[in-house]
Amino acid sequence: MSAWVDVCDVEDIDLEDVIRFDHGDRTFAVYRTSDGEVFATDGLCTHEKVHLADGLVMDDTIECPKHNGRFNYQTGAALRAPVCEALATYPARLKDGRIEIEIG
Amino acid sequence: MNAFNSQIKRDYSLVGPNNQRAVELGLASAEWYHSEVPRKVMKSLMKRSDAQADQDTLLWFLLLIFTGSSVIALWGSWWAVPFLLGYGVLYGTVCDSRWHECGHGTAFRTGWKNDAVYHIASFMVMRNPISWRWSHARHHTDTIIVGRDPEIALMRPPTLILVALKFIGLPDIIYDLRALARNSLGIVSEAEQDYIPEAERAKAVFWARIHMGIYATAILMALVSWSILPLLLIGGPRIYGCWHLVMMGLLQHGGLAEDVLDHRLNSRTVYINPASRWLYWNMNYHVEHHMFPMVPYHALPRLHALIKHDLPAPNASIAEAYGDLIYALARQTREAEYTLPRALPPTARPYREEFHAIDGIPSRGADA
Repeated sequence: MSAWVDVCDVEDIDLEDVIRFDHGDRTFAVYRTSDGEVFATDGLCTHEKVHLADGLVMDDTIECPKHNGRFNYQTGAALRAPVCEALATYPARLKDGRIEIEIG
Repeated sequence: MNAFNSQIKRDYSLVGPNNQRAVELGLASAEWYHSEVPRKVMKSLMKRSDAQADQDTLLWFLLLIFTGSSVIALWGSWWAVPFLLGYGVLYGTVCDSRWHECGHGTAFRTGWKNDAVYHIASFMVMRNPISWRWSHARHHTDTIIVGRDPEIALMRPPTLILVALKFIGLPDIIYDLRALARNSLGIVSEAEQDYIPEAERAKAVFWARIHMGIYATAILMALVSWSILPLLLIGGPRIYGCWHLVMMGLLQHGGLAEDVLDHRLNSRTVYINPASRWLYWNMNYHVEHHMFPMVPYHALPRLHALIKHDLPAPNASIAEAYGDLIYALARQTREAEYTLPRALPPTARPYREEFHAIDGIPSRGADA
């Protein structure tokens, strides 16, 4: 069963940036676009299990810091080798200045 | 039991027992040491731009056209020789750094520019663009981990004549051309299968056929014109113009530790002259590149300035670095287990000692 989970204050993430969010034994990457929208994906690259939150956000893509593979963090699509497998995405929302993500 | 014996050549094969050994020891796909860089600073270092790479690439192509057309115009005269030597380095050396940076996707902000230059440079450097993309990803995952890294240039104990031959592209181009020929026949070797996913293998075969087709055309042109000129312009520079590529490439990891999880121990940063930095796109900052591969080549000097307090002192020049490397290689011919120790400054965070003598391998070098 899924539930909305509080992540952080919206100002804790710069525009066009990402942070790591750990919840239980899971890790997520939570993004803020240049116009303030929020998104969430699995936190680890599907190629080598590297934390994406150390990577580079450019437009709607996240680049893995280890091998420069890229995903569209809004859809999870794998865009550039060496990533081949899509990234899981999760609903994210802003509520009273806080970011929440829905995880199961 | 000590897995290394100075009387026996180490097994660097990706399909030999050292692959499994690295996995069992936790050396494969492991967590590596990183110097601390604040996120905001790292974001500014990672920032992508087309400007610098546009300028460098335009200059590269113009120089290639100028020197190449001068060779054609002056062919038959000794005046062609200096242009040929310049063309050779621009083709046979510069291709490697452009292949490398565009393969990482960091040179340009625009994706298609990275891809276009990557494919052109892959052809020039005689590397299958698909196989080597995956090979290089593995090199970054398992840098100088024996049995895992397909890009270890200097193996212990070294055969010095083979090291010297590298400066004229041998035996590397023989391996690379053989791999392209094999791939073009639809064959992907067992070692290549270790790092190229199945879904990518058909692409490797496709690009190998394109490369072999161009080489076949160049050979045909040489035969029809009964002149070596087509082969001096296409493919040949990988022999007579690769000396700078090899000179810098051997310094990246040569003589340094194997089977460690800290790039400060197995990679080398060297201060070099501005012309070589342009040819090499700043890969002389090699510790920095391996620690933070998402930092573009033009930002590496800034990254170096930020973290040098945490790194071994760089070699002050190419000559000084070669002094170290030649000493290490000569010693390894007698004492194959020897590697150069890397001393950290007092301001640096210490090495993770637990990774320095795994399975009895004296990774830091037994002494100075």
